[in-house]
Amino acid sequence: MPEPFESFTSRVIPLPAENVDTDQIVPARYLKATDKLGLGEALFHDWRFTESGEPREPRFVLDRPEMAGRQILLAGDNFGCGSSREHAPWALVAWGVRAVITTSCADIFRNNALKNGLLPIIVDPERHAQLFELAAANSAVEISVDLESQLVHLPGDEDLEFDVDPFSKLMLLRGTDELGYLLDQEPAIAAWEGSHEPRVDTRGATVA
Amino acid sequence: MPLDAPQRPRTLVDKIWDDHVVAEDLGAPAVLAVDLHLVHEVTSPQAFTGLRRRGLKVRHPERTVATADHSVPTTPRNLPILDELAAAQVAQLETNCREFGIPLHGVGSPSQGIVHVIGPQLGLTQPGMTIVCGDSHTSTHGAFGALAFGIGTSEVEMVLATQCLLQRRPKTFEVRVDGRLAPGVTAKDVILALLAQIGIAGGTGHVFEYRGEAIDALSMEQRMTICNMSIEGGARAGLIAPDDTTFEYLGGREHAPKGPAWDEAVARWRALPTDVGATFDRSIILDASALEPMVTYGTNPGMGLPISAAVPDPAAQVDPAHRRALEHALAYMDLRPGQTILGQKVDVVFIGSCTNGRISDLRLAAAAMDGRKVAAGVRMLVVPGSDEVKREAEAEGLDDIFRAAGADWREAGCSMCIAMNGDQLSPGQYAVSTSNRNFEGRQGKGGRTFLASPLTAAASAIAGAVADPRTLAGIDTFAAIGGR
Repeated sequence: MPEPFESFTSRVIPLPAENVDTDQIVPARYLKATDKLGLGEALFHDWRFTESGEPREPRFVLDRPEMAGRQILLAGDNFGCGSSREHAPWALVAWGVRAVITTSCADIFRNNALKNGLLPIIVDPERHAQLFELAAANSAVEISVDLESQLVHLPGDEDLEFDVDPFSKLMLLRGTDELGYLLDQEPAIAAWEGSHEPRVDTRGATVA
Repeated sequence: MPLDAPQRPRTLVDKIWDDHVVAEDLGAPAVLAVDLHLVHEVTSPQAFTGLRRRGLKVRHPERTVATADHSVPTTPRNLPILDELAAAQVAQLETNCREFGIPLHGVGSPSQGIVHVIGPQLGLTQPGMTIVCGDSHTSTHGAFGALAFGIGTSEVEMVLATQCLLQRRPKTFEVRVDGRLAPGVTAKDVILALLAQIGIAGGTGHVFEYRGEAIDALSMEQRMTICNMSIEGGARAGLIAPDDTTFEYLGGREHAPKGPAWDEAVARWRALPTDVGATFDRSIILDASALEPMVTYGTNPGMGLPISAAVPDPAAQVDPAHRRALEHALAYMDLRPGQTILGQKVDVVFIGSCTNGRISDLRLAAAAMDGRKVAAGVRMLVVPGSDEVKREAEAEGLDDIFRAAGADWREAGCSMCIAMNGDQLSPGQYAVSTSNRNFEGRQGKGGRTFLASPLTAAASAIAGAVADPRTLAGIDTFAAIGGR
């Protein structure tokens, strides 16, 4: 279960590539694990390492020494497209990333991220470009993420508002998960099932 | 609303959605009931671990069904799984299914296969249902007029525990395909053409509804090919209204309703299609008769072209992010702006996957290969989508055609579509693949993928280079082959 999401301040990891798919975030060969451990190492593995396992030169952004400990990924458009693998947000969280700022996220990735304490922050293309410029001009620039007030604080007291699903926001702030909420819906689920015939029985052929 | 007030016209998606809303608290997403939950070995283990930790049961094991497909080898079934991690994952699925009472069509079972191939084959996939699976290609089942979409592992756990999900109502996106497909142009080319037009984020936040003359004329298997790749357009689901083609496919299948229950079900299903006057949030129209065989040139499924067209020039891209992306893709693929993909040398041809691993796909490829040889230096893998597809193909002698041509005839599974099971490209190799994703490294680290139809793949295997299937002898007669 994720920890309650608290405001934080961090430098940013700029990754301007658009359409970053979850096969890049975690290559499929790392999906054979039956737990969530060690996925930080798999994160962007093939963008970080050559086919023979050597770190690529120049180093992939995550592996540059100054990027260590940064918690905000500033990513290109349509981040997290493709496969539904939740290993992608698991790996990002294992690496220490707590927010992804982009112009859009793939639907399944967004859902998966929100369930793991990883906040997707969607900004308009103009602001997005400004943030990249800011990070390029000063790699050490710090920005703050405040989920409660739905604001990103930029240097010079500039604030950037963002939208977040109100339900997901509540879950993140409380650090509770959706399964708990769903389990509390048991009376409604039981009532619905009482008035709706099951559509199929996977155990054997439907009896005439 | 007064009883005699006419109901607002609704789309197919609206109707299925409205039928499955269990509860909807103010400000919260809807609690949506799930009719069928498909489970496989890769995205479920952590969900079962979660259930154990909380002391929860599977609420409806009889609405849940499992198979092993992603990490299973396609070598003969009497051989053990040599990859220890894959073996452990498959064993974990078996343990989980046994412990929680979930029917498993496991390795060695005559009903094993890719989860999106066996659902329809067993008659489990039915119109009007909500269907989920921890796999983005769950959209395949939308071909039956079901609302079917991929979910993450946390959601797998939720569905196991409650048979429900928390969801916001998706927006709707009409994809109308008018006219008729020309010989040599297939369902795969329709979806690749759509993706080339709208891009891989074009459907984000939406559900596609495919309709129009060209869609109505497709078999169920062809419809599945189209719906399968909805996710490649960013749409989690893509549906086609059920019709007589749907009912003919379903009737008599193991889990389909029987007797009077069948008649009741068909009557219910006939009310599902989108009402006249219902509106979509977005719409697009394609002309099927103008489509050519398609092939991808880049590193996402939206980077596709008519087979004779030239690779675009990054310098012509106005948007700097697009320009960088295209430069990066062409560098990865080692292709030049202005060249054609047609004639590009290939090392591997892969026919299979939940996109194009069904019997009609194999029949088409076999018709193209019959009496011909795979070009020297090309490795061709044919991987049936399920054990049943494999048996059916063998009964028709398709395996003999592929073997005689020099292709490798394998056991069922996801295989080189996701390259988790040992079937993979070597760095730098080019493949023509009937699968769904050409992402970097998708078919093996450093591998390069051209997505195409089974006909284009077969023609390319013979030529040893990307080839236009319209040049195949007898192509005009192939439209009659598919079936189902």
